[in-house]
Amino acid sequence: MARVKFLCDADRCIECNACVTACKNEHEVPWGINRRRVVTINDGKPGERSVSMACMHCTDAPCAAVCPVSCFYTTADGVVLHSKDLCIGCGYCFYACPFGAPQYPKVGNFGSRGKMDKCTYCAGGPEADSTPAEYAKYGANRLAEGKLPICAEMCSTKSLLAGDGAIIAEIYKERVMKRGYGSGMWGWKTAYSDSPTG
Amino acid sequence: MPGSISILRFAAFKSLFAAFALLFVLTHPAAAQISFKPTAEAVQEDKLLNALKEGDKISGRVSIPDGNAANLIQPAGRDWRDFQRSKLPWIGGIAILGMLVLLAIFLMVRGRIRVQQGFSGRTILRFNSFERFVHWLTASCFIVLALSGLNVSFGRTLILPLFGPDAFAAMSAWAKLAHNYLAFPFMLGVLIMFLIWIKNNIPGKLDLEWIKQGGGLLSNGKHPPARRFNAGQKGIFWIVIIGGALMSVSGWFLLFPYLPGNVTALQFWTVIHAIIAMLFIAAMLAHIYIGSIGMEGAFDAMGSGEVDVNWAREHHALWVEEQQGKANAPADRVRAVPAE
Repeated sequence: MARVKFLCDADRCIECNACVTACKNEHEVPWGINRRRVVTINDGKPGERSVSMACMHCTDAPCAAVCPVSCFYTTADGVVLHSKDLCIGCGYCFYACPFGAPQYPKVGNFGSRGKMDKCTYCAGGPEADSTPAEYAKYGANRLAEGKLPICAEMCSTKSLLAGDGAIIAEIYKERVMKRGYGSGMWGWKTAYSDSPTG
Repeated sequence: MPGSISILRFAAFKSLFAAFALLFVLTHPAAAQISFKPTAEAVQEDKLLNALKEGDKISGRVSIPDGNAANLIQPAGRDWRDFQRSKLPWIGGIAILGMLVLLAIFLMVRGRIRVQQGFSGRTILRFNSFERFVHWLTASCFIVLALSGLNVSFGRTLILPLFGPDAFAAMSAWAKLAHNYLAFPFMLGVLIMFLIWIKNNIPGKLDLEWIKQGGGLLSNGKHPPARRFNAGQKGIFWIVIIGGALMSVSGWFLLFPYLPGNVTALQFWTVIHAIIAMLFIAAMLAHIYIGSIGMEGAFDAMGSGEVDVNWAREHHALWVEEQQGKANAPADRVRAVPAE
């Protein structure tokens, strides 16, 4: 099976935040949690660039490495998912994550961060595919329906790409060749440096 | 014809536009560059990553309310992961197992430290009920905090294979709650211990002498004189106070994330919390050893609060004299045979 990845072509991102909104809507993400966000670097200065960022579904994911209860797993597609039934809300994945992906609902008293929530690459969780139980905890499972993540699917400038890592990297390289510039494959070095092709 | 009119109109607009463009170029020479490169000054991920200093991150601006989401990439997360998975197990393993090995060797070489004169049957009050309450409040919290903390560091490797994921996660969730809530009585206990025992724990000349003689730990029958607390006990006191304070401050920051700042500060304080915890646990193992199996008669001090007079004279000769002087004891008791 293909190894899926996200790629944000920052030279195309217009910071419309549609990916952020679509994600929140698709998965009914709770208030205060953003599985995806758009960060603008050098805002207001010449050469500013906006990057849409979520969980990068790293190779050898740091979150999975530090989780004290080992609640993470990687699917055959290379998507990093976690079990909210096992998660104890300790915050370790948040400390280790290079992309600030893990989010916590502020529930209960001090120190109780609640179950961690993050981008699932629209692939749900350990529950049976497309069940109400899965939807309640992780949101929609578009991958099970043969669809790609909603954020990339509805990106108006096709800045955010999702799919087979090799294919989207090729698309990006073609774009860079044709237009003659590119600000980089944001996060790829950090997320996949251990295995550039994997 | 409408077509020719519109062409005429378009031509008029075109000339007008050209005039404006010329004006713009004349007043803004920079715009006259023929090949305008939209990326000439554009940020490059490679350059930003290479320019990052240790523990730094690439940040920008976000339009959502959560300001912490503005951190785009923080490669330091990988260093933190390396600390948690590679360094901390060694630090903890060496500190805790090393201490257990040392204590086992000490027990084999030195054996249990006996009361040389034997038990006299008469006792003297060493710790009153309030002191004992505070000690055991802190101690019981410490044990739960230590075990639940060690579970976070080592449970996945040692306990998860035994229990299975579901039972282990449920146990860890309760352990985390216990860790979060018992932190407060623990902090209270450390604070009270500091207030009630600080007056007896100021380092002095006697302590130098005690340390020179190795506390009499290795020499049978030799006990350097000490007041209420000898240098070893003072050491334990300061380990608890300083260690407890560091654990409290770092733990407070972890309980209330973002109090110390952003994720970099949180990473720093988790590292402090973990390292101090491992050393603290190792030190407390020695304390537990000497207060129980390591020394005859020592446990009574925190058990019933009444220690045997012979034990007290051997280990705290000057303190016994002070106490008996205070109690207006008969003269022969005041000039009790010193331990040496």
